[in-house]
Amino acid sequence: MFDFTLPSLGADMDEGKLIEWKVKPGDTVHKGQVVAIVDTSKAAVDVEIWQDGVVHELLVEAGERIPVGTALATLLEPGEKAPPKGAPSKGARAGGKEARRAAGGAAAVGEGRPLAAAAAVHAEGARLRISPAARKRADALGVDIARLTGSGPGGAVTLADVEAAAQPGAPKAVEAIPAAHPEADRNAEMRRAIAAAMSRSKREIPHYYLVETIPMARAQRWLAQANEGRPITARLLMAVLQLKAVAAALAQYPDLNGIFRDGCFEPVQAAHIGVAISLRQGGLIAPALHDVGSKPLDQLMRELADLVKRTRAGSLRSSEMSDPTITVTNLGDQGVEAVMGVIYPPQVALVGFGRIMERPWVEDGALLALPTVVASLAADHRVSDGHRGALFLAELRERLQRPEEL
Amino acid sequence: MAEKYPELRANVIAILRGIAPEVEADELRDDRPLRQQVDLDSMDWLNFLIGISEQLKVSIPEADYGRLVTLGNLLDYLRAKLG
Repeated sequence: MFDFTLPSLGADMDEGKLIEWKVKPGDTVHKGQVVAIVDTSKAAVDVEIWQDGVVHELLVEAGERIPVGTALATLLEPGEKAPPKGAPSKGARAGGKEARRAAGGAAAVGEGRPLAAAAAVHAEGARLRISPAARKRADALGVDIARLTGSGPGGAVTLADVEAAAQPGAPKAVEAIPAAHPEADRNAEMRRAIAAAMSRSKREIPHYYLVETIPMARAQRWLAQANEGRPITARLLMAVLQLKAVAAALAQYPDLNGIFRDGCFEPVQAAHIGVAISLRQGGLIAPALHDVGSKPLDQLMRELADLVKRTRAGSLRSSEMSDPTITVTNLGDQGVEAVMGVIYPPQVALVGFGRIMERPWVEDGALLALPTVVASLAADHRVSDGHRGALFLAELRERLQRPEEL
Repeated sequence: MAEKYPELRANVIAILRGIAPEVEADELRDDRPLRQQVDLDSMDWLNFLIGISEQLKVSIPEADYGRLVTLGNLLDYLRAKLG
């Protein structure tokens, strides 16, 4: 038996509110499967399980606010038998639950109300009978199927049962959840969370900053040619070239890519680049684009478009929130000339790109006007120093001169 | 200033609002750079043009982006394309 705990979804999160369970006791789950939706100060996040198992007991109810690290559910390892009712391990679990609630203090709500009766019944091992279509419809309508009474053969939940439950006035799972924060509260909360993370960064991380002006004529020409023959839906953005170039350069400078934890640096081989995405209502989220170095540009473009869309729609996955190994902030063609970023802990570096603009440029003694971009590196002196950082920026510049190889 | 092609303008703004829901049609100036008025990053801009090309059935080559600075530019361009 193992606990499924609330993961930290970024340095600026210390608690979350469980919005919805996507599983119920008895369900078999696989590594990477979304099992719950948790609201952080930034977004509703689809939380994934990190190992295979069978859901044994849900310890937290929808609507509860819980600190990071709280056990949300217990699961059985594949093949493991459920302990008999009242067995010591179960008692210990229950004790743990009480302790957790006590530890959660004022954050814990819904005391004394057991999980929905239907869910408890399913904990005995019976699987809820429901057609895949009805399950899908229930998901779409936000109906908690565990609370439905089936009218089909053998008590199976039918599509009609789901539809009926979704009618106004019908009891719905979401009714148990207090209304979402008003927009203003959410903004204030997000600002507080970002400020806390950035204060921590400035306090704990000895930053150094380097800048390099990078000629972009070749990259622009290559991109224009690449996009010429493409339908608009398949066109690439310069941001994708830049991300790929960062990943390629990082492969040679692994001391800029990874996590600083418990006083030591853990390099990560793959570049999971946190892409800083601004939200229209204000605020910023930097979810990971996974393993950028190994993916072709077309795939990266599709994944980036999807990531931006889901970030703004508030439906990110927990792995995207928790595992970036470096951040890239691109203030783009509407932005400023250069940006000096603040490292997002526990990462150890951040790359910033300003606006691509024509600047005077000297090449072979001749003065030219060329499109260039100022790339900056903010890095953690506990892990690297300026010499390494400078080599990294030089490598990044070289990579962007050979866009056809990206 | 009289607004250009009211029907086309309304269509374009409806597409824009899919990306920037806070946009008010009355507050948009036809003669100012659109991306500055609405704060569209390069991904927003691409999605906006994808929306236009799909809904109005026009192709917008990337080489033409430079001519599409203001909302007025864009409306003139689309009007010419739509014939």
